[in-house]
Amino acid sequence: MQFPILSVIVFIPIVTAVIILFIPGERKNEVRVTALAGATLAMLLSAWAYFSYDIPASGYQFLEKYDWLPSLGISYQVGIDGMNAPLVLLTGIVMFTGVLISWGIDDRPREFFTFLFILATGVFGVFVALDLFMLFFFYEIAVFPMYLLIAICGWKETREYAAMKLTLYLFIGSVVSLVGALAMYFASGLGTFDMLALEGAGFSEDFQRLWFPFVFFGFAVLGGIFPFHNWSPDGHVAAPTAVSMFHAGVLMKLGAFAALRVGIMLMPEGAKFHLPWIILLSLVNVVYGAYIAMVQTDFKYVIGFSSVSHMGLVAMGFATLSRSGLLGAGVQMFSHGVMTALFFAVVGMVYDQAHTREIPRLGGFRKVMPVVAIAFIIGGLTSMGMPGFSGFIAEFPIFMGVWSSHPWIAIVAAISIVITASYIMRIVGRVFYGDLPEEFEHHVRDVTTLDKLALVLLSGILIVVGVYPSVMVPLVESGVDKILALLGGV
Amino acid sequence: MFNGGFDPVNILAILPEISLLVLGLLVLGLDLVLPEERRGILGWVTSSGLVLALGISLAAARPGEEAAIIWGGMLRHDWLGFTFKMVFLFAAAITALFSMDFVQAGHRGEFYLLMLASTLGMSLMASAADLIMLYLAIETTSIPLYILAGFLIRDDKSTESGFKYFLFGALTSTVMLYGFSLLYGFTGSTNLYALAQGFQTGGLPITVVLGSLLLVLVGFGFKVSAVPFHFWAPDVYEGAPTPVAGFLSTASKAAGFAVLARVMIAVFPNIATEWGAIVAALATATMTIGNVVALTQRNIKRLLAYSSIAHAGYALIGIVAVSNLGVASTVFYLIAYVVTNLMAFGIVTVYGRVSGSDEISAYAGMSRRSPWLALALMIALLSLAGMPPFGGFVVKFAVFAAAVQAGMIWLAIVGVLNAIVGLYYYLIILKYVYLYRSEDDDKPFPVTRPYAIGLTTLSLLIILIGTVFAPWFSAASTAAMAILR
Repeated sequence: MQFPILSVIVFIPIVTAVIILFIPGERKNEVRVTALAGATLAMLLSAWAYFSYDIPASGYQFLEKYDWLPSLGISYQVGIDGMNAPLVLLTGIVMFTGVLISWGIDDRPREFFTFLFILATGVFGVFVALDLFMLFFFYEIAVFPMYLLIAICGWKETREYAAMKLTLYLFIGSVVSLVGALAMYFASGLGTFDMLALEGAGFSEDFQRLWFPFVFFGFAVLGGIFPFHNWSPDGHVAAPTAVSMFHAGVLMKLGAFAALRVGIMLMPEGAKFHLPWIILLSLVNVVYGAYIAMVQTDFKYVIGFSSVSHMGLVAMGFATLSRSGLLGAGVQMFSHGVMTALFFAVVGMVYDQAHTREIPRLGGFRKVMPVVAIAFIIGGLTSMGMPGFSGFIAEFPIFMGVWSSHPWIAIVAAISIVITASYIMRIVGRVFYGDLPEEFEHHVRDVTTLDKLALVLLSGILIVVGVYPSVMVPLVESGVDKILALLGGV
Repeated sequence: MFNGGFDPVNILAILPEISLLVLGLLVLGLDLVLPEERRGILGWVTSSGLVLALGISLAAARPGEEAAIIWGGMLRHDWLGFTFKMVFLFAAAITALFSMDFVQAGHRGEFYLLMLASTLGMSLMASAADLIMLYLAIETTSIPLYILAGFLIRDDKSTESGFKYFLFGALTSTVMLYGFSLLYGFTGSTNLYALAQGFQTGGLPITVVLGSLLLVLVGFGFKVSAVPFHFWAPDVYEGAPTPVAGFLSTASKAAGFAVLARVMIAVFPNIATEWGAIVAALATATMTIGNVVALTQRNIKRLLAYSSIAHAGYALIGIVAVSNLGVASTVFYLIAYVVTNLMAFGIVTVYGRVSGSDEISAYAGMSRRSPWLALALMIALLSLAGMPPFGGFVVKFAVFAAAVQAGMIWLAIVGVLNAIVGLYYYLIILKYVYLYRSEDDDKPFPVTRPYAIGLTTLSLLIILIGTVFAPWFSAASTAAMAILR
């Protein structure tokens, strides 16, 4: 029997969480070291799984299947293909860097890391799940620790409100999809939650048209789709840095990915029927998100809304149902994950030193924290879709896909690039260049080595994917082929 | 009447009841013999005796493949009854653990005796196959519970609670008895399984059958605290000694469900569509009102009372879908619910002992005072909210699946919407526990051994039900099969 690498990846975080729980609360350093060890292991294993995926063979690999509740056809089944392999790697990276930059958390780090790692298990579980029940099981596991993480460690002003709003939004989304999933289970007549079997269930067209919106929107709430995006900026801003990174970086992809896997892949006819108007919603996401980001004065809200805008591109890519659109969306999920994790890390570092996030009050941070400034600029260029960075590899195919089917939408969406450039430039100019205000001169210090390590890793990945796209594109393409086959070769 | 009553099978079948009786007498005897200061061991005796009874019954009293009518038609020895009996024994064992250090109750033999008597009644309820047996069993369950609820005679709230419970109970039980008498009058039989045939051959108008069903339903609705027969629950839970409230909300409610499922499905199979609609309406009202009113509660016992009303609503969903999956999901739901709610009330008992308050605001800073207890409360509340990997998730999934399978998607949607409301108020409690601080943050928090044992067992069980669910589900499924065939 081959090494069950995916299960090991899924269960490392939760096992680490349990170990951390048994460390006495006051031995904070041991808690941190344990957390780092778990995160490192998870990241290395996910990288190993990513790089040892056999692209020419394609399809689901590293499959494992165990009966869970055979009488209802529930099994524990995991596997990765071209679409989720990058996301597993992304989770590993964000988890590792998240632990690095959370080193300084001093209030109950034991609870913090425990909940963070439970969350990580949920995320890994959803990405690798090939069983519909299992997908929901892990999806919910990823939702509830969020509440406690934000409520306990978040920004004092809004954390209670934002944590509750976020949790309820996501829970509503997931239970709506759950009803859809149950309908699929009974309509298929197969008596199984195995998604590989459900792919071939051949649901009637009417059924798909009725239930597709339930499933798709239920999950897309977590992907931040308009008009259900409202929880996300509030949640991101209130969350502590590592949680924002996790949230915007990984959790939003969870929603998008589940909408793809359960919505589009299991009900392709429903997707063809509904996606033409969903593309309009995603257009609102892209342009409106970018516009709101531009007028914010709070650094973290800018990034929060930029996530809404960029996730709109993912939904738009899906909605084209074309090869290039899906390819771009697949890469964008990874690229945006890394990029936004980088952004939130930077915001957190600036805030920790300045104790304010009001852009007009900041300035000159390049002088005290040069690495942070460079990292932010790299992230910013990625976000604008500059060639040489991963954002280009992702966004260009999306625009190509949209152009070929809906040229005017592509034109309108392209406005967002300009707006993005404007708010990124503004932050770079106001926060990192200019003069350091007097009030900061004495107490603002450079970030720690661990922080720098996290930033270097994140920005390095953006560049590597940008200049050497072969590290990701062929892999995602193999996954896209599979989806196109389900769609009947559109 | 007891033809073949001394067949050893008949004796083995009531082994749980016999052990309860023996244990009750033992506790009573010890209470007389032991000096006052050593009566602390009574709780240990009761609890370990119940665990022993559980073990013995599992080993020797299991029913066969085919259900057997025993004791002259009074009882039906089948898997439904057996599964519920095991749940009752377990709940009683845990309640005994949690009562041990409860002031004014934990050191008194009659407390445990009453609890055992009530458990005995529940066991008989779960397997009663005759209207007379059923009525006796229900009264044997209820009367000790009335006394237990009012056990703290120096506490006005407790006596009020006992009295209120008694009045409501007596009223609904009268109505139910009237229903029973109608059933007997129309069919000339008291045996549940003969009643069904009597209805089928009698050619009675549907209004008559439905009318007597409604009267019976009043009594059962009271036991499971379904809306609109729920008014007693919050007041009684609030005033009763906390371990008793836990027992009421779990074992007693589960017993009500055992009877409800059996009578509805065995006696009225031919009007299943009609009563299905009635129960669906009850379920909707119960879930919605329970959850919505819970939102406004400031006292955790009252909040848990309303939440337990709501949970009765979820469990009813499975009965509405008169199917194997439906009844199985109800039984499965109740197993997880009993374990979870026992734990929630157990924590309230522990915390109330030390902090002296049951207000939700008193839970501020709990995670700093006692991280483990806070974690236990988190497990219990998230399981009630239906979050994995705890038991509450998979059982909710099962009842919603049953509703969808029966074509009642609207009911599943009502259920999931309610689950959202539920999540909200459970999270509010967790907010107090984890987020807020109190002046007593650094005071140590004693958790005595019985509580530690009980809470550890329960939290492990909750996680076990939520992750390794196949054995539990197959037990529930076997139980369902016993009454559906």
